[in-house]
Amino acid sequence: MPRTPIELPKIEYLSILNEHGELDKALEPKIEPKGLIEMYRYMLLARRTDERMLLMQRQGRCGTFPQSSGHEAISMGSIFNINKDDWHVPAYRELAGLLWRGWPLEHILLYWNGFEEGASPPEGVNDLPVCVPIASQLLHAAGIGMAINIEERAAKSKEKKVVMTYFGDGASSEGDCHEALNFAAVFNAPVVFMCLNNQYAISVPLSKQMKNETIAQRAVAYGMPGIRVDGNDVLAVYQAAKEAVERARRGEGPSLIEALTYRVTPHTTADDPKRYRNEEETKEWMLRDSLPRFAKYLQQKGVMTEKQLAELEEEIDAQVKAAVQHAEEMFKSDELLNPLNMFDNLYVDVPPYLQEQKDELRDYFKTKGKDWSNPQKKNVDTPASSRK
Amino acid sequence: MVEMNMAKAINLALSEAMTKDPKVIVMGEDVGPDEGVFRITEGLYAKFGGDRVIDTPLAESGIIGTAIGMAIYGMRPVCEIQFSGFDYYNYHQLESHAARFRNRTRGRLTVPMVMRAPYGGGIRALEHHSESREAIYAHTPGLKVVIPSGPRNARALLHSAIQDPDPVIYYEPKACYRLFREDVPEAMETLPLGKAQVVKTGKDITLISYGASMRAVLEAAETLEEEDGVKAEIVDLLSICPLDTETIVNSVQKTGRAVVVHEGPRTCGLAAEVIARINEKVLMYLEAPVVRVTGYDVPIPYFSKEQAYLPDADKVLNAARATLGF
Repeated sequence: MPRTPIELPKIEYLSILNEHGELDKALEPKIEPKGLIEMYRYMLLARRTDERMLLMQRQGRCGTFPQSSGHEAISMGSIFNINKDDWHVPAYRELAGLLWRGWPLEHILLYWNGFEEGASPPEGVNDLPVCVPIASQLLHAAGIGMAINIEERAAKSKEKKVVMTYFGDGASSEGDCHEALNFAAVFNAPVVFMCLNNQYAISVPLSKQMKNETIAQRAVAYGMPGIRVDGNDVLAVYQAAKEAVERARRGEGPSLIEALTYRVTPHTTADDPKRYRNEEETKEWMLRDSLPRFAKYLQQKGVMTEKQLAELEEEIDAQVKAAVQHAEEMFKSDELLNPLNMFDNLYVDVPPYLQEQKDELRDYFKTKGKDWSNPQKKNVDTPASSRK
Repeated sequence: MVEMNMAKAINLALSEAMTKDPKVIVMGEDVGPDEGVFRITEGLYAKFGGDRVIDTPLAESGIIGTAIGMAIYGMRPVCEIQFSGFDYYNYHQLESHAARFRNRTRGRLTVPMVMRAPYGGGIRALEHHSESREAIYAHTPGLKVVIPSGPRNARALLHSAIQDPDPVIYYEPKACYRLFREDVPEAMETLPLGKAQVVKTGKDITLISYGASMRAVLEAAETLEEEDGVKAEIVDLLSICPLDTETIVNSVQKTGRAVVVHEGPRTCGLAAEVIARINEKVLMYLEAPVVRVTGYDVPIPYFSKEQAYLPDADKVLNAARATLGF
């Protein structure tokens, strides 16, 4: 018998608004001006928050954190396609999406400043918190998708909820990533797997991470559609995610989108990229930043004037400033600093052996002249949603 | 003698071991040109090249699983898991394979490898970067678990771990990496695995600990001597598996009182095992119940409250005084 080739789907690359701000009119997605402005707002809010946090970190006012600058288009372009009762399962560079979903900016600051309260999702949206152990969240996303299917089959419901989840190029090497993609495919789970391919896993470049040309082509092996998009082109990300979300809602299962960008920042504030990569490469990619090209698009389209863009900058600056101030008050509040609260949320009730440990710690602080046992007066306001 | 910190001492041991034995391979995430996120593999990639200092894909189970294959083949892999908080991904390979190959092949196949990982709190790190789960490994038959407390024993123990014919977990108390410097001899030295050290002799009470908690214990012992006139004997376990029962019980038999200190959670922590052995061997010599000072049975809080979770000198001091006053 002759060897016969097996036909496999081809993998496409999608770019709509290129790095020079040139638009492919035929591919341009139809987004209302209000929607475009909203997308830009949260991308900018994320960028300015990230920059402020970096300054704070350098001044000792913020813990180590992974910067999200350069990933705004991926987060915003994709999340904009889902509804409040859909599910958002982030990794840790989806700041724009978290803010758009309504996570108070203060929660972001609290989380990276060592307060568990920052990981508590806001009411009204189905969000999981930031996930540090690489790729592990993808299985949760697949499981949520499986549960959606089970529930909707039982209820014979028509409109399917979807899951939007995120991971990096490094994460694509973890077993959890493979398992999640396979589970989602096998169980036809309505999940959109968004890969933020920023080409570096701390110091390890993509070429040392994998031998395949794209991450998107792995979709073929799992039996789902895959596409690579320009991750600095918010319109391309939006369009690819839109198609994937629609598929998922129609009950056609998961998709994999590889959004190609570059980690223009260090991995975290503790990292020094000069040790392992060429600064020229970084500079070159900085020119492909998503924000200026999107701003130019908004102006050319007549959606926003230069003056409006400047006003938005000012507004966001004030929003970030106010949130930082509020968060810093929270850092100092007894309510949040009370170490006895480490025992309160492990289980639904505090079991006796743990209560004993809690009492032991309470007594220890008493010997140091600090009584944490009286109910702490609430001395800071609850932060508001960052969604305007 | 050369004065150095623990990070440098571990780096020195790796470099010496690689120079001495071409079968020693270093592998892990970012251990190559980046020289490790804590710079523990500094200079190794430049000196030994990419075949012996391997930047792996981001997959902890992959690192440990392939290291097992290498070790069976005859190499001596020394794996770096970037933070102990991520070694759960590879726990399966250690438990199901590294720890069992010798036993299930009746000694025919062995796994002489080391897994190094920074562990423990105290450096204001982010979530999943501060835990102490050494007891899990001590609870896994077939693994040895070593935890240094200072530059000199760090270097000697790493040599012993690499030379050991069986898999060794080498947990590095990251809070101690650059905390203090110590004289380290020019010549390579080893320390026997499974042997504790009496780092200070005394007659009134035994303080038992390991890793970063040794700092709290040493400080508490000083206060006990100055303020209470109490002479504490201090035992640094160094190996938590095998555990050196002899050194522990000899000391407690002499002092009749003991406090066991570690930052890992209390339930089924190392202190529980140490106290069980004391009870089994020298219960009748005890003047007071043995007290534990440990982390609490909760995930170590994020860094704004991690100090409250960690054992400190005052907690050790309070426990010692309660034991002495019993």
